[in-house]
Amino acid sequence: MALLDVDRLTVEFPTRRGTLRALDGVSFSIDAGEVLGVVGESGAGKSLTGAAIIGLLEPPGRIAGGEIRLNGERIDTLKPEAMRHIRGKQIGAIFQDPLTTLNPLYSVGRQLVETMQVHLKLSDAEARRRAVGWLRDVGIPAPEQRIDAYPHQFSGGMRQRVVIALALCAEPRLVIADEPTTALDVSVQAQIIALLRRLAREHGASVMLVTHDMGVIAETADRVAVMYAGRIAEIGPVAEVVKSPAHPYSKGLMGSIPALGHRMVRLAQIDGAMPRLNVIPRGCAFNPRCPRVFDRCRTERPELLPAGATEAACWLYANDVPHHA
Amino acid sequence: MLPFIISRLLQAIPVLLVVGLIAFAMFAYVGDPVLIMLGQDYTEAQRVALVHQLGLDQPFFVQYAHFIWNALQGNFGISYRLARPVSDLLLERFPATFELAMTAAMLSLLIGVPMGVYTGIYRNSFLSRIFMVASLAGVSLPTFLIGILLILIFSVDLGWLPSFGRGDVVHFAHWSTGFLTLSGLKALILPAVTLGLFQTTLIIRLIRAELLEVLRSDYIKFARARGIPDRAIHFGHALKNTLVPVITVVGLQLGGLLAFSIITETVFQWPGMGLLLVQSINVADIPVMSAYLMLISVFFVVINLIVDLLYFAVDPRLRTGGRPGMAR
Amino acid sequence: MYSFRTSPVAMVSALIAVVCILGAAFSHWLAPHDPFDLASLSLMDSFKPPAFSPPVGGIDGDWSFPLGTDDQGRDVLSGIMYGAQISLIVGACSIVFATVVGVAVGLLAGYRGGWVDTLLMRIADVQLSFPAILIALLVDGVITAILPRTMRENLELYVIIFAIGISLWPQFARTVRGSTLVERGKDYVLAARVIGLSSSRIMRSHILPNVLGPVTVIATLNLGLAIISEATLSFLGVGLPPTQPSLGTLIRIGNAFLFSGEWWVTIFPGIALVLMVLSINLLGDWLRDALNPRLR
Repeated sequence: MALLDVDRLTVEFPTRRGTLRALDGVSFSIDAGEVLGVVGESGAGKSLTGAAIIGLLEPPGRIAGGEIRLNGERIDTLKPEAMRHIRGKQIGAIFQDPLTTLNPLYSVGRQLVETMQVHLKLSDAEARRRAVGWLRDVGIPAPEQRIDAYPHQFSGGMRQRVVIALALCAEPRLVIADEPTTALDVSVQAQIIALLRRLAREHGASVMLVTHDMGVIAETADRVAVMYAGRIAEIGPVAEVVKSPAHPYSKGLMGSIPALGHRMVRLAQIDGAMPRLNVIPRGCAFNPRCPRVFDRCRTERPELLPAGATEAACWLYANDVPHHA
Repeated sequence: MLPFIISRLLQAIPVLLVVGLIAFAMFAYVGDPVLIMLGQDYTEAQRVALVHQLGLDQPFFVQYAHFIWNALQGNFGISYRLARPVSDLLLERFPATFELAMTAAMLSLLIGVPMGVYTGIYRNSFLSRIFMVASLAGVSLPTFLIGILLILIFSVDLGWLPSFGRGDVVHFAHWSTGFLTLSGLKALILPAVTLGLFQTTLIIRLIRAELLEVLRSDYIKFARARGIPDRAIHFGHALKNTLVPVITVVGLQLGGLLAFSIITETVFQWPGMGLLLVQSINVADIPVMSAYLMLISVFFVVINLIVDLLYFAVDPRLRTGGRPGMAR
Repeated sequence: MYSFRTSPVAMVSALIAVVCILGAAFSHWLAPHDPFDLASLSLMDSFKPPAFSPPVGGIDGDWSFPLGTDDQGRDVLSGIMYGAQISLIVGACSIVFATVVGVAVGLLAGYRGGWVDTLLMRIADVQLSFPAILIALLVDGVITAILPRTMRENLELYVIIFAIGISLWPQFARTVRGSTLVERGKDYVLAARVIGLSSSRIMRSHILPNVLGPVTVIATLNLGLAIISEATLSFLGVGLPPTQPSLGTLIRIGNAFLFSGEWWVTIFPGIALVLMVLSINLLGDWLRDALNPRLR
């Protein structure tokens, strides 16, 4: 049984001008111990998916359909207090900007101790001891001294390490990492990702890694889901999606990444732009921009269909259509 | 921290000197004190002697220096209207203003802070909506009008509370207090409520706005994502971060207390320093006005310094050289 | 304008504000009586209670004086209309004054930078640490005390406009300075400098239009405050004299009669003041929210 099972998740935002559907029938699962990457452009719905799973959708957004199951039990219908127990203990989260994610008026030690004491029955001394241990694990030098320091006294990379420690210190099964490296220097990004990967494996946690950076995904994830306009366009093992993407959008994405060692005259570009939430086209959301579009694409919305080693939401892979690579 | 205090004090000195200059310059417009003191008949020799005695033949800045020196020693001259030393008048009236201001401040904090927090956390409740409407009215009602309305209702119509004066006061040492008599306490109620009302609405709106802003921030979201319970979030994380900017503004509002106490004292004929100022302005009693000018500047310099020190105590970013206002 | 039409609060307050402003502006023609025409006053009319209330002190109300009369037989309603006109004029003029000074200082400080900026902003900050009403009171008081008695009544209008304007300029200066700093770094300013336009030309024609947005909001928000400040100063006796009474002056005059039971002389001007300021404040709040890009 998968650790996390998301089934046809739909998230809507009622606004003055009508209801916007930000996520439309998103389905995927994450197994224990695996790293699932979630890529897509800004606005594709990646962060919203994470927010919905951890129960932190900002009102007026709300889950309008579908189910979210953790270890087989539904969590999207839990009362707020029950959901609170899950947050931190079963599902942890890492956000983008470590500077604004940490409370500037609390020392890092206090934030760690607080988190652990909420979820684990620990004495003050034990919690503090473990906090020092966590700081050491994430690579903060001289943790016994730095445990009482304040967030602004750390560099960006160090802060994100603290955030990772905070997300993991209650030993969650799943960590949702939302753009964990975007706000960091390039030189630091690789270290942070490697740290996250190592710690997740050591503590037996799965990771849902949300990012727009394909490079990070290619290095770190086991599987990847490509999102477009609130839907999943393609999902499959990382190597397959990167090397031989099935969905025309994924193909466009992979083709637009400059690669060392290849000589490219110019970067491939996908014409047009991802549609805004209130003007999503009928049928397949990508159809206005798709180079392989045909009639069915414009009227019927495709489900995720097997396409070789991956699954793609594309009519090219319907059983009655011959495969085109 | 010490260099900070010293630099602030050094910055304050030019301000105080400029204010002192204005306070001194006011005397130049009063007319010739020599004529006033000598009357109609005088000889030239008498005039020269008096001028010399009063030091009026000295250059402008020497007179100014004397003026400042006197002020530093607490000598502000003699009131034109009451013919008594200004410093005596001020000392006499200080307890009245102090007791009124302190009572009003206590009231506004005791009511304002909890209400501000309440309307911030339970922002859509019925009670909160009532408060928001009432606070808008509080901003549109000038203080003196509030005083008049209260007098109309509680003094004229109901006759419960007095509308002017301090009631009976008890004197001891150099102080006079109204706290120890029933009439003194009754007389304190309406003025204190009037003075405190504006402060209260201000505090409520401020705390609520800050709290709402803080509750939207990333670190609150992260705390929720870690499963921290609401109580710890509201009263631990959010409140502490809210209070930092609120402290400054409340500190600066002490200045508002001073300003509005002038108005309140006038409405209720409360015998404090504010009423003295208004009466002096009305008859152009320059010594009192100039003393007031200087005292007010000193007061505000001190207030600003205290607020800055409070900031230091509460915000660790300042202690270690970080900048406040980051991580919002 | 969508949100304006659907907000009943904005509609009602706009209506009240318009009524007040029109009533004040056209008081000469609209007011039933001229309270300053001494010849038309009669002591027989004095202390009449409002027309809708029961007799007070043995005197009946009279519908030709709908809100009653004061001790000299002056109609309270007419007094309110004239008084509102003066209150509005003083409020508006002092805001204009504060805006002009504040914008000029802000533009200069933001554009020149350096020691000019530091000096001007330091002055603004120091003044901001004092409550505006206190500044207004002190400036007004000092100038009033210095003026010879004979000139006082005539000049009081200008003195009070100056005093309130002076007390409010720092806010404008700070905001404009901030916007100017932002605009100064933009390319179109650089282009203008390359062409060789003079600084004042650049400040006036290019930067100024772009920084006026927030200024409008601040001006509207402070209009209510300016009117209240004037009323307060007049109430304290250092504002407009009874020969040129604003609503604040009327309230002060009427205050003396509170205890003898003629409450209407002071209360109705008070209500008029509150209504006017409240509706202006509500409109200002709505304006601020409507122009705030973050809330859209």
